[in-house]
Amino acid sequence: MKSARILFNNKTLDVTINEQDQVVTQQGDVLADGSFTWLPPCEGKMFVLAINYADHAAELSFKAPEEPLVFLKNKNSLIGHDQNTYRPDNVDYMHYECELVVVIGKEAKNVSKEDAMDYVGGYTVGNDYAIRDYLENYYRPNLRVKSRDTCTPIGPYLVDAKDIKDPHNLMLRTYINGELKQEGNTKDLVFNIPHLIAYLSDIMTLTPGDMIFTGTPEGLADVKPGDVVTTEVEGVGVLKNTIISESEYLKTI
Amino acid sequence: MFHYRQKESNEVVSKTANASFEIRLDDTILPPTSGSVIGVALNNKALAKSLEQAFNEKPHIHPPKTPVLHIKTDNTHIGYASSIKVPTDKGAIYAGPSLGIVIGKSATRVNASDSLDFVQGFTVVNEVSLAETSFYRPAVKAKCRDTFCPMGPWTIDKTAVSHPNNLSIKTFVNDALVHETNTDQLIHSVEEIVSYISSFMTLEAGDIIIAGTPERTPELEIKPGDSVMIDIEGVGRLANPVEQE
Repeated sequence: MKSARILFNNKTLDVTINEQDQVVTQQGDVLADGSFTWLPPCEGKMFVLAINYADHAAELSFKAPEEPLVFLKNKNSLIGHDQNTYRPDNVDYMHYECELVVVIGKEAKNVSKEDAMDYVGGYTVGNDYAIRDYLENYYRPNLRVKSRDTCTPIGPYLVDAKDIKDPHNLMLRTYINGELKQEGNTKDLVFNIPHLIAYLSDIMTLTPGDMIFTGTPEGLADVKPGDVVTTEVEGVGVLKNTIISESEYLKTI
Repeated sequence: MFHYRQKESNEVVSKTANASFEIRLDDTILPPTSGSVIGVALNNKALAKSLEQAFNEKPHIHPPKTPVLHIKTDNTHIGYASSIKVPTDKGAIYAGPSLGIVIGKSATRVNASDSLDFVQGFTVVNEVSLAETSFYRPAVKAKCRDTFCPMGPWTIDKTAVSHPNNLSIKTFVNDALVHETNTDQLIHSVEEIVSYISSFMTLEAGDIIIAGTPERTPELEIKPGDSVMIDIEGVGRLANPVEQE
């Protein structure tokens, strides 16, 4: 089953997605494309893995970490499918990061690796934009790099955990304006999903809706206003996002 | 006006009071809001000075150019009198006395001169943390353990606090005064912090900013069995027992 949240006639609705990829309301109405706005399909804490693919670590001249390198994002950065992300003026390098997002399904504290998959509620696609210009050698990566308004598209929908047979063998792909730029597979995760859930739940209590962005493989590229960026995780969804300029963004706030 | 939240028959109830009042340790006061909590790290003059040399060496190379932020996740948030639960096998645990800035309305790209218009008021925060040997990596392990962010007991309206950048902050452990600081030790003022964060993150009503904690000295260490109280002049007193996790 696939579930989503949308804005329809100024109301937030919980909906499902049918086999034709159409949005169906709880009353059973099928909504036409364009008649609603996609919202992030979940809300909760947002954990993001840095350098969790060995090839990406090499790309950044890093050795793969010995323990998960986790940072946090704040909810202000989240936007849904088919929305705009702004690129600040006068920056040299803003890049996407296509990621499988694991969504927690039930409260988890001190969970073992063996039991960890029982705590996964579902999966979705995340795009973890970063403004590299703002990276400082402190609390890497800082919120100015990663937690900016509009910088985390997620969705379009949540796929139930039981519908993804092997989350550790899914292709990830990113296209800019239709051209393939990034390709990887979740089998290359340095720390797999059970490891991440066990690690985090040893530190703190995880609750339903919490999201773990599992990291991105190699293949980063700069994005510019006008670019349409499509991030895709095999079987989980295709997340589309458009880059706009800061001045266009400022007109909307 | 004092704004606080309480649990009554499993419902969260928001309340106000015209005057400060004594709170018993068995009261069920919740954190004053349910918003995001953002901390400003390294925002204390003595703390920055103590790290000056390290920050000019690897892996830092140079001191930070902009305020360094971190997040206290929702599992850390507790109210007045709730227990801070600490592990006993992860090294020393420290209280982190700080002024909490409570946001009153949605703030995007706010100038420092206007930023207090977006602030509802102030609260007391105890930004509890494990010792951190490095400021180089994200602080999830040290700062995001369950119960590591007591806040409260209330939000006091900003109109009742005339000089937020000059407030005495006292920390008591087991009723003994162990530490004193003042918001005049902040490197970036209350107004500058709100303005800086809002320059790229929209702050929402109910979000709380931890203005800055002092250097962690042995006096601020807390252990199971202790009771820790933070008193901010004119804002309130936040008391929490400490117990083993």
